[in-house]
Amino acid sequence: MKRHLALTLGLLVALSLIVTACGGATASPAPTSPPQVVEVTRIVAGTPETVTLQVTAPPPTEAPMKYAGVTVNVLTFTGPQIAEPLQRHGPEFEALTGAHINVNIVPFSDLYQKALTDFATGTNSYDIIVFDPQWMGDYVSAGYLEDLTDKVKSDKTIEWDDIGPFFRDFSATYEGRVYTIPLDGDFHMIYYRTDLIKEPPKTWDDYVALATQFQGKDLNGDGKADYGSCIAMARSQQSYWFISSVASAFIQSQGTGQGAFFTTDTMQPLVNNDAFGKALDIYKTISTLGPPDQLNLNVGDTRGLFTSGRCALSMDWGDIGPLATDKTTSTVIDKVGAAVLPGSKEVLDRATGKLVPCDEKTCPYAIDGVNHAPFAAFGGWSGAINKASKDEVKAAAFDFLAYVSAPAQSNVDVTIGKTGFNPYRTSQFLNREQWVESGMSAVAASNYLGAIEASLNSPNMVLDLRIPQNQYYQQTVLDTAIAQFLAGELDKAATMKQIEDGWNAKTDELGRDTQLAAYKATLGVTK
Amino acid sequence: MSVADRTQGPTPRGSGLEPPSALSRSLDALAARLNRRAGTAFLLPGVLVVLFLSIFPLIVSLYISLVRLKFVKGGFELTFVGFANYAKLLVGIDHVHFLGLLANPSPLGWLVFGLVVVSQVVLLVQYFRTGKVSVAGTVGRIVVALGVSAGAWLIVHTLSPAGRPGTVVVTLLYVFVGIIVQYLLGLGLALLCAQHLPGRRFFRVVFLLPMMITPVGVAYLFRMLTDTSKGPFYPIWNALGLANTSWVTNPWGARAAVMIGDIWQWTPFMFIVLVAALESQSVEPVEAAVVDGASRWQIFWEITLPEILPVSSTLILIRLIEAFKIVDLPNVMTNGGPGTATESLTLHAYTIWRTLDIGGSAAVAYMLLLIVTFIGVAYANLIRQRLVERA
Repeated sequence: MKRHLALTLGLLVALSLIVTACGGATASPAPTSPPQVVEVTRIVAGTPETVTLQVTAPPPTEAPMKYAGVTVNVLTFTGPQIAEPLQRHGPEFEALTGAHINVNIVPFSDLYQKALTDFATGTNSYDIIVFDPQWMGDYVSAGYLEDLTDKVKSDKTIEWDDIGPFFRDFSATYEGRVYTIPLDGDFHMIYYRTDLIKEPPKTWDDYVALATQFQGKDLNGDGKADYGSCIAMARSQQSYWFISSVASAFIQSQGTGQGAFFTTDTMQPLVNNDAFGKALDIYKTISTLGPPDQLNLNVGDTRGLFTSGRCALSMDWGDIGPLATDKTTSTVIDKVGAAVLPGSKEVLDRATGKLVPCDEKTCPYAIDGVNHAPFAAFGGWSGAINKASKDEVKAAAFDFLAYVSAPAQSNVDVTIGKTGFNPYRTSQFLNREQWVESGMSAVAASNYLGAIEASLNSPNMVLDLRIPQNQYYQQTVLDTAIAQFLAGELDKAATMKQIEDGWNAKTDELGRDTQLAAYKATLGVTK
Repeated sequence: MSVADRTQGPTPRGSGLEPPSALSRSLDALAARLNRRAGTAFLLPGVLVVLFLSIFPLIVSLYISLVRLKFVKGGFELTFVGFANYAKLLVGIDHVHFLGLLANPSPLGWLVFGLVVVSQVVLLVQYFRTGKVSVAGTVGRIVVALGVSAGAWLIVHTLSPAGRPGTVVVTLLYVFVGIIVQYLLGLGLALLCAQHLPGRRFFRVVFLLPMMITPVGVAYLFRMLTDTSKGPFYPIWNALGLANTSWVTNPWGARAAVMIGDIWQWTPFMFIVLVAALESQSVEPVEAAVVDGASRWQIFWEITLPEILPVSSTLILIRLIEAFKIVDLPNVMTNGGPGTATESLTLHAYTIWRTLDIGGSAAVAYMLLLIVTFIGVAYANLIRQRLVERA
């Protein structure tokens, strides 16, 4: 019987071990946060003075700060742009309110799914996501984001009405409600070297001609051959917006409501026609008028090349303007001009799929016979708040975003190239002094801000795609096909067919009517 | 159970004269049965945990590969779509990306395909001639022959001048070219380091270093090295007049760059295991061969190589399984580009997953699992067994 006893005891011990092991995890104590001692360099708006603060968390007996003990977890991309200002303002905000700001970063291409997976699985490890407002549809329809409509209107710090109407009413808003706080204003523009090029290119043909002229010439006096045009064309980066910037001038001519991605009656992709074909031809030509490894360069690489004087032309968001005035890295200070995206003298006739010359009817918004369609690519980095976070964390999160977005902070941030923040507030356009203080000449500041304003005020501005799963349409289908086209894997016809088929398959999968309704809603057609 | 336990077992009781009662007999029988099952009972919790950790995710991911994720009000929903995700890969809109662009092979391609088919037929015939034919063996060999022939058909069609390899063929290239070169280089270095040369200990450590670096670090390193306009080799490229050409924007150049990085990183693994194998081989046969006047080549071919074959075959199997998962190098070096030229199967799954098409991503992952299992099992059963037997 000893054996029976031993056997039973053994089984019991094994069983109890399993039970203990399974239940043990819940008993472990939660980690406590260390005492907060921060030393920060704070740039005060308007005056370029540097203040060093040393802040020790107050002992519990003293009157606690508003958000003492609250930790706000922020998710954004690797940066250093975008993450840098958040990391810099975090300790400042902590000194003021006691809330600890913890900035988490992931590669750009992972950002969309990282936040979405976190919310969908109920993990909720992030309270703020600083992301592309274009993706908002997927987040809002699933109910993951906090509705900020009332807060932004009542909050005094944020100065909501100072934010440009486009960023306030389009980028930050979904189905009439506000879900994000804009931290950045985004437009594609072209940059050119004013010491080499007197007049910026008006059409894409002009752009190609200028790029051809300067390709292989020494542009910075170092004896090395430099490049006509530098555009980030690497796959799985932020490159897929650039082809739309070229194509938009050929596709959209009847104003913003016309849309440049799909037809507004049957949701047919506008990618298999002569206009998109022409854009592909131009884009391929430009790809040969740059650095040899242009197909492997991201925006960080091309910005570095441009500000080190190696490129005559570039297409980018607003970042190059302030980066070009950075005395530590730029060799082209006061030699950079910015201009609205080049246009076209021919536009798409949607009935036939052919290009027709610009006239009063076909191009009502043309300037000197050239149809410009500036592309609001991306829409500007914006902060949103996780609906599932605790109320006090949500309050701290909102106050932090309001603090970063407030003119006192953002009007300085937009003049610093490494922040990645570009102007989006009316005060940032009107108050040119801060740009001059940052090192930009008055002429350069006026040229740079003028180019953004021209894009922003264009009645034919192209809105970025903001329909459910637009990330699949653009980052998977469009990005892959364009990369294959540039690499010579696909010819022009096959590229257009592949994008059309890929987009149609996704539209059918998600429901053509639903997608069409979402697309029309973003264009404001139904308003 | 100790020997003493067994000898004192259930039979002798008391003086041994009175017959054991029925109850005690059945109790003893029960105890004996429980005793036999004790091992299983003690192992069961562990086995269940392992099953939960490995089989459960496998089943869940299989289910996920049959669904489509959609975000709806209040969360997400999974819709069962059957084999639609697989159909997309094999015959649908993603089939060119996955399988490649098929085009008529060149005469050389047909020749290679013909040779592969003939070799499979010869192997089958050889098997039937051995006289040890079993049903399982026959079925297995026919499946392998068909699989290998289908693979060869896909490879010669997609690698033809007008074709383009998809992620399956690119991965197979990484695996087979990579492993062959890694093995040969590793063996060469191991043979050198097994000699009693001065400084061999130092070189052993140096040769091992690449394996210690994280693959992402290796990828960044090679990204810099392959940059002809800014990288450390710029003066050399410039002197050769090649500073304005980029070999990583050419599909085959980029694939070669990824393979070089992978070979650089994993040759040390082959090297270290082969050094150990070479150093543990017995000295007597080699000495006897030297006395008999055998050449160095004969010693290597007839004595050393057969002796390290069992180790080599295991080594190759491990690398084979591991190499199929390559993702870091192409992702960081080229982002899978130019186009989709350097995209491996894992990277293919990853790019789909990034936009949260988890069904499509799981389908690619399952296809990869299928291919790895097929090649792994075929290799282990047919080639490795034969190598070990021969050794």
